Amino acid sequence: MNWAGAMPLAGLIGGLLIGLAGAIMLLGLGRIAGVSGLVARATGIARGGAPWPIASAFIIGLPLGAWVVALLAGPVTTRFPVSVPVLVIGGLIAGFGTRLGSGCTSGHGVCGLSRLSLRSIAATAGFMTAGFAAVAVMRILGASW
Amino acid sequence: MRRVIIALLAGLLFGAGLAHSGMSDPSRVHAFLDIFGGAWDPTLAFVMGGAIVPMAVAWRIRRRLDAPLAETSFTLPATTGITLSLIGGSVLFGIGWGIAGLCPGPAIADLAIAPVPAAIFVAATLGGMILHRLLPAHPAEQPPLETSHV
Repeated sequence: MNWAGAMPLAGLIGGLLIGLAGAIMLLGLGRIAGVSGLVARATGIARGGAPWPIASAFIIGLPLGAWVVALLAGPVTTRFPVSVPVLVIGGLIAGFGTRLGSGCTSGHGVCGLSRLSLRSIAATAGFMTAGFAAVAVMRILGASW
Repeated sequence: MRRVIIALLAGLLFGAGLAHSGMSDPSRVHAFLDIFGGAWDPTLAFVMGGAIVPMAVAWRIRRRLDAPLAETSFTLPATTGITLSLIGGSVLFGIGWGIAGLCPGPAIADLAIAPVPAAIFVAATLGGMILHRLLPAHPAEQPPLETSHV
């Protein structure tokens, strides 16, 4: 356990902002704030879904929001996997999976769980379990980063 | 125009939330998923908890609305019908998420923070999505839309 490095309060506040964003999408536009679906729509990969201007505006907002936080609160620290193959393989599998499974952490995790959607509960259980397992296997193989 | 501004505002708040909560840091997400590493980082659980509260309230408000504020109707996915695609896709997504410590939202937000690695992951994610689209379509496996009101 690494409570010293954990950010419970910032996590909670950031989470509230994420939930507020989801609430605005739901009550304002009647849609799920699911990032994988919206980015697939914004890039033209998805055939159906939200109107293109709406999907694109939401997706453009994501880096803008992160940029505003960096501007107001100082540099946002990140540590990425150094290995490009790790980024590429992770991205390919994750991207494919979000389309096959109709969502990711935002759509199924945040929006679906709070709706008590059975599909989203099953999906979230699936990706959480797989995420824990993938990292455990990486650790066993000595591929942890 | 009003709808586009609403979507932009939602995206902006979402991206700000990701950056503020530490979820834009792949190593923090990785540390949450790393239960055997001895330095488990619980932050992600607080983020999920914080995000679910306003959303749960929003779902309750939604029951009292005939239509969203800036749109003529709700367009929401069905909540039932657990299919092999749903589970298989979610498991694959989780594997990719665990490997890189990234999922689509944080990766796109990180384009403003760490553009090079974020762009590599986002490009790969889009590649995976295109790969899925190239597969023969299975109409029965398309995510069904909600049919009944509420």
